[in-house]
Parts: sequence; C-alpha cells; structure tokens
Amino acid sequence: MSTEEQNNVSVNLQRRKILTGATGVVGAAGATFLAVPFVSSWQPSEKAKAAGAPVNADISQLQLGQMLTVAWRGKPVWVVRRTSDMLGGLAPLDGQLRDPASLESIQPKYCQNPTRAIKDEYLVVVGICTHLGCAPLYRPAIGSPDVGADWQGGFFCPCHGSRFDLAGRVFQSVPAPTNLVIPPHHFLTDYLIRIGEGPAEGGVA
Amino acid sequence: MSEQNKQQSTLLAWFDKRYPLISTWNKHVGEYYAPKNFNFWYFFGALALLVFVNQIVSGIWLTMSYKPSAAEAFNSIEYIMRDVQWGWLIRYMHSTGASAFFLVVYLHMMRGLLYGSYKEPRELVWLLGMMLFLVLMAEAFMGYLLPWGQMSYWGAQVIISLFGAIPVIGPDLALWVRGDFVISDVTLNRFFALHVIALPLVLVILIFMHIVALHQVGSNNPDGVEIKKYKNNKGLPIDGIAFHPYYSVKDTMGAVFFMTLFALVIFYAPEGGGYFIEAPNFEPANPLKTPDHIAPVWYFTPFYAILRAIPDKFLGVVAMGGAIAVLFAMPWLDRCKVKSIRYRGISFKILLTILVVSFVVLGWLGTQPATPELTKLAQIFTALYFMFFLVLPFTSKNEHTKPVPERVT
Repeated sequence: MSTEEQNNVSVNLQRRKILTGATGVVGAAGATFLAVPFVSSWQPSEKAKAAGAPVNADISQLQLGQMLTVAWRGKPVWVVRRTSDMLGGLAPLDGQLRDPASLESIQPKYCQNPTRAIKDEYLVVVGICTHLGCAPLYRPAIGSPDVGADWQGGFFCPCHGSRFDLAGRVFQSVPAPTNLVIPPHHFLTDYLIRIGEGPAEGGVA
Repeated sequence: MSEQNKQQSTLLAWFDKRYPLISTWNKHVGEYYAPKNFNFWYFFGALALLVFVNQIVSGIWLTMSYKPSAAEAFNSIEYIMRDVQWGWLIRYMHSTGASAFFLVVYLHMMRGLLYGSYKEPRELVWLLGMMLFLVLMAEAFMGYLLPWGQMSYWGAQVIISLFGAIPVIGPDLALWVRGDFVISDVTLNRFFALHVIALPLVLVILIFMHIVALHQVGSNNPDGVEIKKYKNNKGLPIDGIAFHPYYSVKDTMGAVFFMTLFALVIFYAPEGGGYFIEAPNFEPANPLKTPDHIAPVWYFTPFYAILRAIPDKFLGVVAMGGAIAVLFAMPWLDRCKVKSIRYRGISFKILLTILVVSFVVLGWLGTQPATPELTKLAQIFTALYFMFFLVLPFTSKNEHTKPVPERVT
C-alpha cells in the first residue's frame, strides 16, 4: 500500500480485490486456451500420421534362417524364416523367459501363440527393443561370440544388453520389460506379406 | 580537466542519469568484495561463462550454414567442415566447447562440494546452479542430434524412449516430444529450434539469476568463513578485495591459460579420441540399424551407466533421474555447520572421495559395452554413489570437526 493510499482512506480495496480476482480468472482461462495450440502443435502432424500406410514384404527370395528388414512407419520390421530346429528350440526356453506366453506383450490376437506368428515358419516382428528403442542384432547362431556360449540364437540389443529368443520373447534379468512387438500383418499370397494391416481388414490369415 | 575528459564524463553522466550504469558496475564489479583467499578452484565459474560465450558465438556462425532437415543436415555439416571458409574451426570450437563446458561445470560443482558453497546462506545459488546444469544437459543432448549421424539418431532414440518408461502417460509423452512415431525430420527441426533459441534464452536468464543470487549473499571461500563478519570503519569486509581489478585480472589470466589448452585440443585432438565426437557419428543416421556399440558423449556416461545398471526399465530411469535430483537436495542433506573440507571430519572426506571415485568409475563404465561383469561393477558403484547421499545426513549431524578460524587464512 503506497503512502497516498494510507492517507486516503477512501481507497476501495474491496473493488481492487474483485478486479484483480476477475482479471486473474479470465487471464488464466485465456492462457489455458492459448496453451492448447502451442502444446498440440508438438503432436504428430497429419502428414506424419498419414505416413503410417501399410507396406508389402516380398519373401520369395528369403532362405531358411535368413532375415529380411523392411521399413514400416520409419521403423525396421523383420521377417525371419525360421528352420524347424529354430522352432523346436523355442519351447524349452519358456522357463528362462519373462513373458513366455506373451500375456503382457503387444501383438495381434492371431499371433498370441507359442511361435508368435501366423505361419510358424515366418516371424514378423518390429525390430525395436522394448527397452529404449534400439534395433537389436540378429544372432541366429548357437553360442554367438558376442552374446555368450549358452546362447540358443535370437536377438541381442547392443545398447543395454537385452536378449530375445527367436520368437522375439524377452529373457529374464535384462532391462527390456516385454517381448518385441508383433505388428498387424497378413499374407496377401504365399510370398507377399502386408505389414500394417491385420487379416480382418482384408486378405486371409 | 581536459576538454576530452570533460566530454566523456558528461556523456557518462548523461547516460547514468537515464540508466543505473555506475551503481550496477559498482555493485557487481567495481565494489563487489570477494574473499582474498580464492585458489585455482575459483577459476571455473568465470571459465564456464567464457565457454558459454564461445558456444553462443560459434553457434550463431554455425546456424548460418547448417540446414535443420533430415535430408540435408548431415551433408550441411560436411559442407561446413570442407567448403565453408574456416568452417571446420568454428564447428570444432562448438563441438569441443561442449565438452569443455561440462568439464569446467563439473569442476565448478566439485568446488561447491569441497568448500560447502551450497550451505546457508547460498542454498539458492546452488539450486540455480543445479537448474543450469539440468538445462545445459538438455541443451547438449539436443545439440548432439543436429549432425544427424548414427550416434545422434540412436542417442536421441534412447533418451526420448526414457520418457516412454514413465507409467501411464509415458508413451504419449514420448510421442509428443518426438512429434512423430519415430525420430524424424520433425524431431530434428524442433530440437534445432529448442537448441538455438529456447534453451539458450533459459540459460541466459538462469546465469543472470545465479550471479545476482551470489552477489546478494557474497562469495564463499576455501576456508568457508563469512568475510562479512569483520568489517573495517568504511563498512567493507577486512578480508575482501574488490572484484575489479583483483579478480578480473586473475580470471583473465586463467582465461588465457584455459584458451591456450582449449586451442591445443581444437587443433590437435578435436574429436577427443572419439569421446567428444564419436566415430559412428561420421555415418549418416540410419533408422533401420543401430551401431554395434552405442554410448553417449563422455559427460553423460556416469548417469547412463546408472541407467544400465538397473535391470528394470522404469526403475532404471528413476535411478538416473534420482542421481541428478539428489544433488539438488545437498544443502539440506548435509547438516554439518562447518563449510570447508579443510575443517571437516574424516567421515565427510571419506564419503566425498567415494562419491567422486564412483562418479569417475561410472563415467568410464558408461563408455564400455554392457557385459555381465561390467554391469555388476556398475551396480556396485551406483550403490556407492547413492550411499553418499543416504549416509551424509546421519554422519554430518555429529561430525567430529576441527576448529574453524575466525577469519580467512
């Protein structure tokens, strides 16, 4: 309170209080509305959302044990053609896995099965570690030197040492919390996989 | 008085009537009394300011040739390095300057820990400094994305994914920060905006407040005694000397010494053996392939090692954030009345040694691949790092201290 005010008893403090309060409330409401465009402009643009269109992977040249990488929504998606040995090696690992039945992990309903695939032979998986988003390395050989002698083949993330089996299932006591993500996909023909679109949206599983 | 002098003084008078020039100069420079016993640890505050100016100037010049788009960024850096006249020097001044910035800031923080500069009445100086450190880390992280090399890309991927580990809101928050489903042109462009405009502005404001807060309470010193306690008949501290010319001259000498070393690094080891600019960053960003071994730049590795040491995604992020957050609480965790390590008990000396050793070892571990043995080691040193902050409140309360002198020695 200034000296003039102290001398002038007729200052209406009540009126000032109401004016300040009203200005504050209206100003806060305005600031909230104004924050919307500024905060929302950081969200993915319409262009970025539209770039998520499905892609086709031609697997006619894929040999047994090989892996093919295709880009879908800017992310690597792997198609691995698994041998019967590789498939046979999955079940015995269940005891060492964090989520062997894929209950906590992200995959379409039609891939929530022991091999996490529509056709056992072909694993289609997003090649992004569920820990902090690095692209794990494909290490199919048993006892790969950079992973360890007891390694049964799978994926190894070089960033923070997470390990996944050949169905993208995560091992225990590594940083990654869940199995690798299986994207929606379906077989257009025997040798053409459409990634980004499930069977319900067209084609047959 | 000669004609020229008269004109000068009237110009100054004209100015001073319209702007608090002389009083501001006197308050912060000419008549700012600092303790007379500063040692070499007291160079690093001034040096941090010097490196900040270096970053601003070289940064402005870099933006003149840099293109903040995913298609052009990598090539524009090569253009700066090869075709722009003296571009290589300006770019190396900036990239090496980032490492120099963290080096002097870590030493500056070490000085605070040694002499208790965070203690009453300087808590706010410390808090503002910690905020500066936090913003500086964000600034450095965003700057590292701009060259759009492999390490830029995957480093940003990992750090932004940290937000994704927060329960419930995490994935949406990470998406919001990226502005796309992956790190993309959108992310690069916004990081550029934040790196060159938003965060430098915040840094300037915080630096200003850090210095104003310091000058309000006065500088600490290696003895940790308050010089304001003993004043002469003019009301000036007996053990204080004016910042100008005493410390302006001393700091200038330190600055020249520092700049000589800085120039040697820029000319002979600008990439710092792969620690200032990492080898994979000479490859353009490839969203489909992670480099075989990724590690952040050296100044982030202690915190990165803590992140990796915890075998749980969310708890790892919590531990890493906590490692920085606990430093904010130093003024209240340390309950010893004695400020300087010179007069503190053996318990604090042991604890501080453990903290510094843990920090350095974690820094080394963060540069190494995550083998099971090294992860075990990182877990031990993470525990030791946090032990400092857990044990300190108890030991410092009843510390067996030495007698503190009345005046500076």
